[in-house]
Amino acid sequence: MKLIFELSVQGREGASLPELDVPELKLDIPASQLRGEVPLPEVSEVDVVRHYTALSRMNFGVDTGFYPLGSCTMKYNPKVNEAIAGLPGFTSAHPYQPEGLSQGCLQILNELSADLAEITGMDAFTLQPAAGAQGELVGLMMAKAYFRKRGERRTKVLVPDSAHGTNPASAAVCGYEVVELPSDSRGCVDMSALREKATDDVAVLMLTNPNTLGLFEENMIEISEIIHDEGGLMYCDGANMNAILGIARPGDMGFDITHLNLHKTFSTPHGGGGPGSGPVGVKAPLAPFLPKPMIERDGGRYFLNYDRPDSIGRVKAFYGNFAVLVKAYAYIRALGPDGLREVAENAVLNANYLMRKLKGAYELPYDRTCKHEFVLSGSKQLAHGVHTMDIAKRLMDFGFHPPTIYFPLIVKEALMIEPTETEGKETLDAFADAMLRIAEEAVKDPDLLKAAPQASPVTRPDALTAARRPNLRWRAADDVPQ
Amino acid sequence: MVRYVVNTDKERREMMDSIGIESIGDLFRDIDERILLRRPLRLRHSLSEQELMDELRGISRKKADANGYARFLGAGAYDHFIPSIVPHLTGRSEFYTSYTPYQPEISQGILQAIYEFQSFICQLTGMDIANASMYDGASALAEAAVMASNVTRRREVVVSSTIHPEYREVIRTYAEAHGLEVKEVGFDDGATSASELARGMSERTAAVLVQNPNFFGIVEDLCEIERVVHGRGALLVACVVEPTSLGLLKSPGGCGADIVAGEGQSLGNAINFGGPHLGFLAARQSFLQKMPGRLVGMTADTKGRRCFVMTLQAREQHVRREKATSNVCTNQALNALAATIFLAALGKGGFTRLSNLNAQKARYLRSRILELDGFEPAFSRPFYNEFVVECPADPAMINKRLEGDRIIGGLPLRSHYCRFERGWLLCATERNSRAEIDHLVEALRGISG
Repeated sequence: MKLIFELSVQGREGASLPELDVPELKLDIPASQLRGEVPLPEVSEVDVVRHYTALSRMNFGVDTGFYPLGSCTMKYNPKVNEAIAGLPGFTSAHPYQPEGLSQGCLQILNELSADLAEITGMDAFTLQPAAGAQGELVGLMMAKAYFRKRGERRTKVLVPDSAHGTNPASAAVCGYEVVELPSDSRGCVDMSALREKATDDVAVLMLTNPNTLGLFEENMIEISEIIHDEGGLMYCDGANMNAILGIARPGDMGFDITHLNLHKTFSTPHGGGGPGSGPVGVKAPLAPFLPKPMIERDGGRYFLNYDRPDSIGRVKAFYGNFAVLVKAYAYIRALGPDGLREVAENAVLNANYLMRKLKGAYELPYDRTCKHEFVLSGSKQLAHGVHTMDIAKRLMDFGFHPPTIYFPLIVKEALMIEPTETEGKETLDAFADAMLRIAEEAVKDPDLLKAAPQASPVTRPDALTAARRPNLRWRAADDVPQ
Repeated sequence: MVRYVVNTDKERREMMDSIGIESIGDLFRDIDERILLRRPLRLRHSLSEQELMDELRGISRKKADANGYARFLGAGAYDHFIPSIVPHLTGRSEFYTSYTPYQPEISQGILQAIYEFQSFICQLTGMDIANASMYDGASALAEAAVMASNVTRRREVVVSSTIHPEYREVIRTYAEAHGLEVKEVGFDDGATSASELARGMSERTAAVLVQNPNFFGIVEDLCEIERVVHGRGALLVACVVEPTSLGLLKSPGGCGADIVAGEGQSLGNAINFGGPHLGFLAARQSFLQKMPGRLVGMTADTKGRRCFVMTLQAREQHVRREKATSNVCTNQALNALAATIFLAALGKGGFTRLSNLNAQKARYLRSRILELDGFEPAFSRPFYNEFVVECPADPAMINKRLEGDRIIGGLPLRSHYCRFERGWLLCATERNSRAEIDHLVEALRGISG
């Protein structure tokens, strides 16, 4: 495919602008601060449309087919939510317009905070973080502020070895020493290691529950008690909330802080890598540290409360990824309490059904009832020289998006499969058939897998050259900065 | 039947039989009974699509429909025209229902679009490299400060007080987490004071952060600032909150900036009550290994065809974990796609004309307002599409009066800069017709007279 820059033909234009309808003045900006030509391409409107339409056809989305990318909850994105978020009253609202004109927007933010608090069992929420990782940062900053206010100096954050990479990265960004907790043979936190490492200098235990193996922590209450007994805080990475909507709540498990990924559990589209949204909920003792402003209600009027002396401050301009928040709000309103619970039930049912079908042909290192996802190992296939990467690539030839691979790190040749509730039995069966056939091919014709995919727009890229000789941008032949 | 769940009761029964369970409840037996929720969530009942649409349409109009208003408010979120092809193309579900392109063979669309985005950002900013986007301008600037500290191994950042107040708050929050010191320097006639800057810097200064055009809309003398900053061995981090200005103004790279952080909302993204917008981050080639966030590179597939991959991932959290350059993971890819399509559509000629329209409309607006009794210029320096006037009355009160004329006025500066008791930050873009501007001036005449 050509780049948009390579389609440029001198003199073409792809957009029309109004004529200047005010007297034109000579600009008073000194010539030394002005630039000459901006080196942008010259293409027609139809050139632009064809180019990006062609690109879209080289991309696989949830609407294209089954996308069991573990830990990412690639569920169907309801179209009505797109229509709602596109209402002009929402899209054109300016964050600084008078509050009286923003009552509808503020109402949504206020009510969504309350709904998320009920769903998670927390007391208060901020909707400001733009993604889960920024939510983690906010959660840990609040923990830091909380301990400072209490005059305590705690330096460590405990993170299980099965955790998302963002957990240790966020802890390190906040200046904490990261202490890794091993998992036990059942895929849960190793309790003896926890007892040993839960000392009085631990600020936070960051726990994903269900964890990245798709397993619910069997000793959840005891884990919280151990950390709380030492004065530490419990942080829930809520990436896997889809498994327990309406069934169990982080707030009832002893968590003090939890973030959610609205682009996972609450159906907002992943957008090719964003925008996401990572609201953070806390128990009352931590509420004073939430970012500002908070969206509050005084009688019938909603307002922005900036008067928060203990707040950690801001992590983002304005009030969060509002359009994403509107979609999550619409999703919760559409489903209601029973609908949300059935989401979790069906997500877990689909995962267990698929797990049973694949167990045997693939190694299942933790053979227990799973929650919304499960993790297989490609170790049996490795004996034939076939890697999990090859299995993933071959799945594309069958029309499926591969699962998350090589994560969590504690499973060799991991395949992390999350079907979600928005898939029907026949899709799960077709995926299982493909996986079983690939397991056979791994024995009979491993080279077929190593050459996969063949049905995709391109074959495997040369990633090594991409990293060794990075080409990160197009450059015109006569390019000089100005 | 619950919406969006596919399987029927009969299919669910078959699946349960295949698993060997009696009821759905059996799937949750591993959860300690003490933490099972034994009641329905206290949420409002479910709504059909029709009911949902009606309800939300009602909320969107509940005093919120500012769409019918003439708007003169910018301050970090700008009302620009969005060509129809932008939402049309970003609305293709192959783009918006995909995720991070972990599997390049079936993600070439978003990967190539990101590569083009990186190229566009480099062209606009005059820098060597750019990443695949950040959350927003404010967090991009904060990450740039952290990056500058990592490059220089110094712990202090000097921030101009003409930077957007909320951006400065975000810098403080991030600096607190990273253990950086933040020092602010003042302004003189609405622009960063070079002499104060020189005095404020020390051998501990990692970087100086300057916004251009700044929060007051004024065009900073970035080249002069560059001499001061580099003269003391620190890095210059330029912040661009209104990127349509780059159709006219010399690029930060052309002025010698080392890192450029900015907000791309103006490029094809709706204001959306403040988000989602998109941050961008660009830098010198030599800082490549210190860049946070995702990078897409060009390479070839096994058949020698051009293709694209996420690259240099050894910097990132999913590989480096606690040693990563940042914890950034999900970004604003779809907003970056919108910006890419916007820039492609506007192109070389259109983008420069857009920039000129903004500068011209703002000058007309300012000169008309200054004809009125009691309105005075706050500053005398050149500006882009925003400027500050001193009003004869409290600007918040003026805004209240303008609502009746279906006009959204500028930002009262008092809440952010207490010395400007009656300062009013106004913005004009290509969206404001001469008739709208004249309408505002007439409404103000009624107030001032």
